[in-house]
Amino acid sequence: MRMLRILKRNIRDAFKSVFRNFSLSIASITCSTITLILVAIALVVSGNVNNATSELKKDLTIEVFLNLDVTQSDIEHIKTQISNLPNVKPENINYINADVWKSELIKESADIEAILTTLDTNPLRNSFEVSVDDVNELSETTQNIKKINGVFDAKYGEGKAENFIKIFDVIEKVTIIIVVALIIVTAFLISNTIKLTIFSRRNEIEIMRLVGTSNTVIRLPFLFEGFILGIIGSIIPALLTIYGYVLAYDKLGGYIYSNIIPLIKPFNFVLFVSLALMVLGALVGMFGSYRAVRKYLKI
Amino acid sequence: MKFIEIKNCYKVYPNGVTAIADLTLSISKGDFVFIIGHSGSGKSSFIKMLYREEKPTKGSVIVGGINISKLKNRNVYKLRRKLGIVFQDFKLLPKLTVYENVAFALEAQGLKSSEIKPKVIKALDRVGLKEKIRSFPNQLSGGEQQRVCIARAIVNEPKLLICDEPTGNLDPETSKEIMKVIDSINKEMGTTIIMATHDKEIVNRMKKRVITIENGVLVSDDAKGRYVAHENA
Repeated sequence: MRMLRILKRNIRDAFKSVFRNFSLSIASITCSTITLILVAIALVVSGNVNNATSELKKDLTIEVFLNLDVTQSDIEHIKTQISNLPNVKPENINYINADVWKSELIKESADIEAILTTLDTNPLRNSFEVSVDDVNELSETTQNIKKINGVFDAKYGEGKAENFIKIFDVIEKVTIIIVVALIIVTAFLISNTIKLTIFSRRNEIEIMRLVGTSNTVIRLPFLFEGFILGIIGSIIPALLTIYGYVLAYDKLGGYIYSNIIPLIKPFNFVLFVSLALMVLGALVGMFGSYRAVRKYLKI
Repeated sequence: MKFIEIKNCYKVYPNGVTAIADLTLSISKGDFVFIIGHSGSGKSSFIKMLYREEKPTKGSVIVGGINISKLKNRNVYKLRRKLGIVFQDFKLLPKLTVYENVAFALEAQGLKSSEIKPKVIKALDRVGLKEKIRSFPNQLSGGEQQRVCIARAIVNEPKLLICDEPTGNLDPETSKEIMKVIDSINKEMGTTIIMATHDKEIVNRMKKRVITIENGVLVSDDAKGRYVAHENA
């Protein structure tokens, strides 16, 4: 009950303070709005890049062709050897029987049927489709598979997809760095603005300390104030994300670069990003005030 | 067991100035003690150590069973709730009314409004300001503001009241009134009073224990003392 009363008074005081120091509050809110808009853009970009990368990664497999004379037990043995390689996902090794493959190809076109049926033996090889954990080590893994006894050749879609993924990985890392940097900048900006409001209230803090108010209780209204400023500051960025992304998605038809890179569907993605923005705004605001008020609570 | 026990206490500031040197004294419960000395004699540092605005550099300061040197910053409020402090510059919040200024201390401790009200009224009644509870500090005279400050200090019914030159900003007549209030608190509530002052007349009239500090050293401790410090003090 006691804590509840203190909490109630603090929330009341925090709201009072936001309105009493209106111009300073507007300054805090504006700076967090601007940085959170940038954070929103960075989050949307990194979310989409991440999505596109994982879509592309799904298509990246190593094709392993076996020697023509392998026996069934050789095949099992080769499979075990492949699955023991470090970068390979054992559950994602698909065996493709040459005869099955042949019949599938025959179904696909009459020309292929004509060629394949003229031959006495099946020219196709038994093969494996292998997925990897880290696409960046695709070529090394392929080399390792080639060394296995009984493997005729191993190939992967050397080329565009791999390069795309490498570029995307870089973009993703850069956007994460940008997001983190922006969050830190926002925290310091809010912290400095709240410092100004606190400076004008340092007498109040001093007196509170002198009459026996615990540091926690002194800090609470400022934490709430930071929380309120952060939340208000995140409203515009959140709305911009929701409306802006839906609009962009519709205009682009859900893809960038004619169907190569799919965009994430707006719902629930925009809700998730807006929620993240609000939580970020609130946390950053609270951290900013915590930092600002700390100075006045020391002797 | 004395209420305040100070043993071989030193206070040296980071810039090398020694404010208090090897101070040892004790004060019993219910005592009324004047602390006198020049500006810069170490009197303020001594007073500030009692409510842990300053920490002793060496030695021990024990107030009401709390060891000041070992008191962690986050626990300072526990000490402050046991004592009341009156300042020369009142330290009232200008935006709050008299009532709110006094209630402030209790609100921060999370008391119910229904518990706060009678305590505040009682404290304001004791200092004779019951009629002015709705006034703001800037509508009061200096003496009245100081009485609000005293009411705020005693609203918690502390065992110790620390007064740091409470009459420093007041004329002799008003000072007399304030001293009457402080004296009645000492007599009627049994509160220990420690008062730093420059006011020769007050000290001589009250005939209480007088502790004189010069250059950080205790030079005299007189049970029914008079103001015997240097003439230019």
